[in-house]
Order: sequence, then C-alpha cells, then structure tokens
Amino acid sequence: MSKIKTYEEINQKLKSGKAVILTAEEVSKMALLVSPEEIVEKVDVVTTATFGAMCSSGAIINFGHPNPPIRMEKIRLNGVPCYEGLAAVDSYIGATACDPENPKYGGAHVIQDLLEGKDVILEAWGKGTDCYPRKHIRTKININTINEFTLFNPRNAYQNYNVAVNSTKKMIHTYMGTLLPNLRNATYSTSGELSPLLNDPEFKTIGLGTRIFLGGTQGFVVWPGTQFHTTKPKNELGVPVTNAATIAVIGNLKEMSADYIQAAYFEKYGVSMFVGIGIPIPILDVEIAKRVSINNSQIETSVLDYGTNGTPKLGQVSYKELQSGFIKVNGKKIRTAPVASLSKARKIANELKEWLQSGNFEISKPVQMFPQNTSLKSLKETEADND
Amino acid sequence: MIKKRYILNFPPDRGDKAFSYHLVKDYDIRINILKAEVYPGKRGSLLLELQGKKDNIENGVKYLQKNQITCEPLDKRIHLNEEKCIDCGNCTAVCFAGSLTMNKETWKLEFDKDKCVVCELCIPACPLNLFEIDFR
Repeated sequence: MSKIKTYEEINQKLKSGKAVILTAEEVSKMALLVSPEEIVEKVDVVTTATFGAMCSSGAIINFGHPNPPIRMEKIRLNGVPCYEGLAAVDSYIGATACDPENPKYGGAHVIQDLLEGKDVILEAWGKGTDCYPRKHIRTKININTINEFTLFNPRNAYQNYNVAVNSTKKMIHTYMGTLLPNLRNATYSTSGELSPLLNDPEFKTIGLGTRIFLGGTQGFVVWPGTQFHTTKPKNELGVPVTNAATIAVIGNLKEMSADYIQAAYFEKYGVSMFVGIGIPIPILDVEIAKRVSINNSQIETSVLDYGTNGTPKLGQVSYKELQSGFIKVNGKKIRTAPVASLSKARKIANELKEWLQSGNFEISKPVQMFPQNTSLKSLKETEADND
Repeated sequence: MIKKRYILNFPPDRGDKAFSYHLVKDYDIRINILKAEVYPGKRGSLLLELQGKKDNIENGVKYLQKNQITCEPLDKRIHLNEEKCIDCGNCTAVCFAGSLTMNKETWKLEFDKDKCVVCELCIPACPLNLFEIDFR
C-alpha cells in the first residue's frame, strides 16, 4: 500500500527542519522523472502562488472613536467612498471603489497608501444622535492611528482563468488589459502549474482555515470565494478548463508588505488590486502527489472573444502554448501576453518555502472542507414593484 | 554603419524646411520615418531611424541642431519606472513593435528601446502608470 502522511507528521518534520519542500514548478519538473508514489515518499509540502489583479478585495478598518463621538453615516478616505453601514466607526473599503470624478484613484490606492505609512484624509458625516452628537469630522489617519486594518477579500485566486481576445475591428479596454483588434493579441492571467487552486483542483487540502501566505504575511482561507463553481468543464485530468472555484481570504494588513499588495488602474475599466497569495499543499497521499505533478502542457484554458456579447469561446489552449508567446486559434497565430506576474508568484512560492523551512509556518488541516457540486445563478431580471 | 532612433522637435518656423532631404543628400544617411506629427506654424515632431556611418550621423544631428531642431536619441525620451514595475506583462500585450517583451526564463519585463515606434499604447496599458514618453 502506498504511503499516507498526516498533517501532524508533516508539521513535526517542519519543526525539526527535516521536511522536504518544493515549489509547484519544481515538483512538476521532478514528476517528469519520478512516479507519484516516489513523490509522496520524498516530498512533504509543495508551495503554490499567484500574483494577479483581484478585484473582489478590500479592507476592514476601525478608525477609533473621536471625542466628541460620531456615528459615521457617510465616509470618504482621500475622497473614495467607504461602506458606512457598520456601526459608528467600522468601515469596509472595497478595492474597486472610487469617486466617479477621480476614477484613477480608488480603494486599492487608499489601502496601498495606508500600507506604505502615508497619511490619508478621513472625512465623515453623521446626522447627530444623543449618544453620537457629532455631525462632521475631517482628519488625517494612517496605519498607526487606526485600530484594525484587515484585508478581507471575498473572491481571490481564481482556479484557472480565460484567455481574452478581441475579434472586432475596434481596440477594447478590459480587466484583461488592452485587447488589440482583429485577434492581434491574447492575454492570460494565471500562473499555470504554479497556481494554487490548479494544484488542488478538488480541494482535498485547501479548505476553511487553511493557513496561507497573504500579502507578505500569514493569512487564512476563510470561506469558498464568491462565484465558487466546482462543476465547470474539466479536462481528462480533472482540471477545469475555464474560471471555476475561488477562495475568500483574510489577513492582517498591518503585517503586510507593499511588495505583495499593489493598487492598479486599468484604462477605461477602473481600479483593481494585485494581491500576492501563496498556498502550501501537504503531500498526504498519492492522489495529491498526482495533482501537484501536473505541468503547463496538461493545464488548459478557454479562449474567449471579449469583443463579442456573451464572450463566445473560440478555442482551448494549454499554458505551455500561452507561455511560448503564441497560440493558434482557428488557424490564426496570435501573440500572447500575461497580465499577472509570474516572477512575483515565483518569489512568493520561494518565500513561503523559506517560511516553511525555518519552522515558523505550520500547515493547517481545514476545519471544514468546501462544498462539492456547486454552480452559479445568473441575475434574472424580473419586473420590480414600483409601489 | 550604425542604426539609431531619434526624436526631432521642430520649432514653429522650421516645419516647412526639407531637413530630411539634406540628411540623405549631404550626410548619406538612410532615414526611416516611423512617426510624424506636423502642425505647420505650430510645431512638428518626428521619430526617425537614422542609418549610416557614425561620423555622418553625428554631423547630421549637429546640422539639425544648428537649425534649431531638437534632436535627441529616442531612449532619452522614454522612461519606465523599473523600480516599481511588477512584471505583470500588460504593456507587452499592446507592444506590437516587440520593444516590450517578457523574458521567457525569468518572466521579467525587458525593454528594447531601439524597437519602440512611439505608438504610446503602453502608457495607458500599464496599470501602474509607469511609462513616460516625451515625443512632442
């Protein structure tokens, strides 16, 4: 019978400095020569990583109470609107939030400014109540003046993502970058064989409570991400061939680094935020060893026409083809470009490896596994009652 | 023989002179016009690739400068804030000239300024706004 390891055994090896840790790219190379059975014997943890624009991100902030106190019912940070429906001085700033008058500076930029130690102008209004008499405040805040500053991202680290092309005669601007007309470029946004959820496609080790690398510090997977879809089409190896599952993550922004959190503005689209995530995958058994062994030639994704309503699928390509610089779609050779940073993802995978090697990072068994067989509803429009 | 790209800026009263003719005829320089914006009476800007003997190109550039035409190597006029670059690759998607490419080993951005045609598509394509091009 093939070997089975437990989380406890692996954590013991990590503590004693005897664990063998490889990045997902290294194990994919190793798997060309070595069987999954041998990988279970030889490797304890595989580190995966991604660094891409993840729009569904944001931060929980507690400003602290001023004197006299205010019940903040409208809040702006450097002019960017923040959520005002959380008690008196709690707020959530979404990465993509912005003042329409200043669309190139948004929530992600506010988060980055705070992270870099810059002062940010907080302005808030309240109606004035018996217990919160104040009606207006305008003051400077920074990372040291606020209480909690928590990154909480409802949908990150997409398991695979589509390739974007544009078949129309007009250049278009999207969250997948600028798409030249007449299929003159193709953009893709996943770190392929290094990508976290592609290395554990059925969530055998990643679940609620998984300790991860988030923005340069330890964070956690706290829930399935929004739009968590586990029944999208898969290839013969069980890897989804389009965007499928996601994760919700949380971590302390006060401990994070601006090297791994980066505000971004996409022309004629809006603000987003690059987020660095690394997930360790414990090699518990042969099945998991097989999963982490897959390489870029075995991971495929769908080529979608972002210029046409409904984004019709034009083809399917592998990450090996995408990373070669060209793909072929309907016989036409198209130049490819990434829109997520593989070099940063590698840096994260290696940093996580160092954390594990130093014994300072324990792998955690999920307290609950993610649901299976999930799908998505689209928004059906029904006549709203005007009464 | 060398080949180098230059940005030429013409003052308002120089836009109607046949300077490129003299570069060819008097200095034996092969010129390739890659981009031109000429507004007679206002200003003119040219991106020229000059190919010829090193001395001839130097003298040709001096001739232009003597005639109040600013002539600077292209690489002095395009700037990328490399320190802040995250190597995402968005700029390489639009760079049809092949000036901006990803290194297939390191996946870091490489910028061969001599291939730039000043299409300026990289400026809005960079999500961090790290490019500056001074053409006009």
